[in-house]
Amino acid sequence: MTVTEVSVGWVPVAAALLLVVAAAAASLDGALAARSAGQPLGGGLLTPVAETARLFGQRRRTTAAADLPLQRIGGAGLLTAALLMVAVVPFGRWTVADLTVGIVWFNAMDVLVWAAVWLAGWGPNSAHALVGGYRFLAQALSYELPLMFALTAPAVAADSLRLGDVVAAQSGLWFVVWMPVAFAVFCVAVAGFSVWGPLGAPIGATTAGGVLVEAAGVDRWLISAGRYALLTAGAAFGATAFLGGGHGPLLPAWLWLLVKTAGLLTVLVALRRRLPVVAPERFAAPAWLVALPLVLLQLLVVSVVVVVQA
Amino acid sequence: MTLQTMLLVAAALFSVGLYGAISQQVVVMVMMGLELMLNGVILAAAAFWWFLSPTPDGQVLLLVVITAMTVEMAMGFAVATLLHRSRQSDMTDMATDLSR
Amino acid sequence: MLTGIVFWVLAVIAVATGVAVFRVDSMARATYALAASFIAVGLVLLLVDLEFLGVITVLMMTMEMAVMGIYMIMFMGMNPALMPMDMVHGKRPALAVATGTFVVLAAGALLIPWPTRRGAPAADLVTSLGEAVMESKMLVMMTVSPVLFATIVAALVLALPKGRYDRLGDDLRAGKARR
Repeated sequence: MTVTEVSVGWVPVAAALLLVVAAAAASLDGALAARSAGQPLGGGLLTPVAETARLFGQRRRTTAAADLPLQRIGGAGLLTAALLMVAVVPFGRWTVADLTVGIVWFNAMDVLVWAAVWLAGWGPNSAHALVGGYRFLAQALSYELPLMFALTAPAVAADSLRLGDVVAAQSGLWFVVWMPVAFAVFCVAVAGFSVWGPLGAPIGATTAGGVLVEAAGVDRWLISAGRYALLTAGAAFGATAFLGGGHGPLLPAWLWLLVKTAGLLTVLVALRRRLPVVAPERFAAPAWLVALPLVLLQLLVVSVVVVVQA
Repeated sequence: MTLQTMLLVAAALFSVGLYGAISQQVVVMVMMGLELMLNGVILAAAAFWWFLSPTPDGQVLLLVVITAMTVEMAMGFAVATLLHRSRQSDMTDMATDLSR
Repeated sequence: MLTGIVFWVLAVIAVATGVAVFRVDSMARATYALAASFIAVGLVLLLVDLEFLGVITVLMMTMEMAVMGIYMIMFMGMNPALMPMDMVHGKRPALAVATGTFVVLAAGALLIPWPTRRGAPAADLVTSLGEAVMESKMLVMMTVSPVLFATIVAALVLALPKGRYDRLGDDLRAGKARR
């Protein structure tokens, strides 16, 4: 199965698809929230629509001595990074950008989130928002290095940094089967750069909302939508790099990718309410002392397997 | 886009960085100047690579420049932290006695 | 044609944000202006087919500048909202030296009769770089890795105020005595 690059005209379609899947994730989260509050599930399903309507009608909040340009760049950065991430993910036979270094590109885009979240925290000139920004960088320093090595594993196994080749290399066996540690680390990192669930301290209640504390109206919508979009882009990348991408029986490749992405996304969304928020400083020791050596071992195993097979 | 124009841009980046590295008083700002100079070096190396000799060796050189930049940053931050802790200052002028 | 336009736009952004680093009076803006300059140069590298190195430049420099921002704010020791950030010494000599350097470099760039291109880029540049790193230029990488490791150790030794006794207490064998 070869991957072909589609023309530029399809870019809005790809972006819309990302947003639709992200909205579905938000719906699911709304439904789960309603259930945990003892209300009927159906009401929660419309949460993204209601939130969008509410936030678009709300006024933006301006704070004294705010650094507006940086605040705006940071606020829009999350969604931008998610869109750029998903550009290299092959959707069945098509891809928006068939980069030879797709995996490194994904990594570079998730680093852009570092800048975006910190700027969104710095911009409003508010103590709690800045604390949120700092917390994000602290936990980013913990998840980023394990993530880099986790991304190296599929690249080594596929003998290529191009995502199309990574998918092709999984025609027999999905990578998740023989690199489970890399996949687990990757999923934690997705939660990390989406500021999600256990790694949601930068926007957590302990800082009255952290980065989000001064964000209202469109600004708040951009950050929240950006988080769901990042989660979706991360799930799509995970489905591609570890879960076999478009490979599967009967259904067309693009539908398989969609199904796998939806599955991974559902797990990520559902786990949000099951796990407690980890304080960034407590996250550092396990990340550096447990996850990093484990993922390096995983990389060794993968490399040995590749060398033996060759 | 020719070799000359790329080198001109690289020279501009290098000179701006040099100005910063010489004139700034704060250690971290001096480091930003150095970084900007290396930014120019990266661009110039890429230009030479592309327009003169597009062999893998040039790419390795670029990789080494990027490595040098990381080393510079890490050591710079470490020294700045040390200076700050021992003297509550991060101005280069207040650390001149270190050269004695 | 399109490449030319993109190049010039990126070149102007790179130099303008580079100048902005030393002109703006906000630590966050200075840091992220430098990040923007690096991203522009990384994108120029993409124009000359250096995909891996271009993307790596964007990745590394965004990360470095995000960390740099913290150090700027930690060490500047002043409130940028209350006083303008203009902490320079020897402004005029520095300007003269920088201008002189630019003139010399620019003259070199324009006046030297550059040779014509020798050889052609490999079909797959990423693979050719990987092979160079792992074969003919392996010695370079073998040198780089201990240097990087030594940097990690040296930087930590310099920067950490605490030793292991601070973390685990006097009696290391007793385990975590206090935190």
